[in-house]
Amino acid sequence: MRTDELIDLLTRGGGVPQEAPARRHGLAVASAALASALLMAFTLGVRADLAAAAQLPMFWLKLAYPGVLAWAGIVAMMRLSRPGARLAGLPGLLALPVLAVWLIAGAALVHAEPASRPALLFGQSWQSCPFIIAALSAPALFAALWALKGLAPTRLALAGAAAGLLSGALGALAYALHCPELAAPFLALWYSLGMLMPAAAGALLGRVLLRW
Amino acid sequence: MAVISQGVAGRLHEAAEEFVSPACNRAPRPNEHLRELLLRGLGGEAPAYHGFLRELGAYLRAFVRRRLASMPDEVEDIVQETLLAVHNQRHTYDAAQPLVAWASAIAKYKLTDFLRRHGRRARFTEPLDEAAELLHATDERAGEARRDIARLLQTLPERQRLPIMHVKLEGLSVSEAARLTGLSESAVKVGVHRGLKRLAAKLRQRT
Repeated sequence: MRTDELIDLLTRGGGVPQEAPARRHGLAVASAALASALLMAFTLGVRADLAAAAQLPMFWLKLAYPGVLAWAGIVAMMRLSRPGARLAGLPGLLALPVLAVWLIAGAALVHAEPASRPALLFGQSWQSCPFIIAALSAPALFAALWALKGLAPTRLALAGAAAGLLSGALGALAYALHCPELAAPFLALWYSLGMLMPAAAGALLGRVLLRW
Repeated sequence: MAVISQGVAGRLHEAAEEFVSPACNRAPRPNEHLRELLLRGLGGEAPAYHGFLRELGAYLRAFVRRRLASMPDEVEDIVQETLLAVHNQRHTYDAAQPLVAWASAIAKYKLTDFLRRHGRRARFTEPLDEAAELLHATDERAGEARRDIARLLQTLPERQRLPIMHVKLEGLSVSEAARLTGLSESAVKVGVHRGLKRLAAKLRQRT
């Protein structure tokens, strides 16, 4: 077929209505968040003292940190799913919440008694926390990759990493409703690690799955 | 070296264009012109969309030919693959975005993908501000494609092939095609859409 004929083929028949990128992202994120929350509620259970915990500022920081990163992940994913979109500003957007939490964690460690510092960092559940977050994010990762698959990322590893970060953040958000830890250093280290794992998985999967 | 000097020439060309006063600038800037054609096309004006693909195709041909001097036989295949990709991904164009950035990101992706499949490393990892290079030259002399898209179309499953044949090739309306095939109208639209996506995937496999 000559190129002219191909162009004729593509032109005729009018515009086929397509899913708007924003709708596709929204659908994926909503179903992913729901999946992570349900997975958490049915396997781990929401912490029993949720009402009491909600009185503590630390509980809200534990929600805000992954919440802000989830938002940054969505912004990154939307940019990376459009060919030629500007990426300026994304590194700062991603680094800012991490830096803020690390600063709070650093301050908490400095002010604590030296003997209590390991407890602030390791808490009771450091061995399982990042892995549970990663596991809770698995359905979200596939939903986010599905959203990207229908769009046109040109930097596949980066786009996959953004999808992974978003899903990791959604997993952490769900896990925060179960997790009993209430120390900023714990949050800064293990939650970050838990979100980093799906981001790395997303980068690897993206290189393979997102080709078009 | 040639790549570098092309880049410099491109920037000079851009700078020169900035200096030309609107009164002497007879042709509208290609970026604006193409953008308008695409937007009108997305709004449902088939002739504008046709013009968009034709003009973009000429730019793409020059763009690919410059970079694939050692493989001239492959140029037209990549132009076709890129045009199909532009069509399939037209919903990812954001009207606030420069058209040239969008189109050249797709062209570069397709070219890089092609070179990677052929075990060659792309030499043109320029940053996006050089994207304007895509619109610097046109080439209307279409070469022969080595792959026949019409033959590839035959390999699609029936519920995608028939809607494409009726709607896209024979120019029937969606409702006429639906009546002919016994599919619902939305199934015809979905069939065309999925079929063209699958066609693009097949193009990647065959090279």
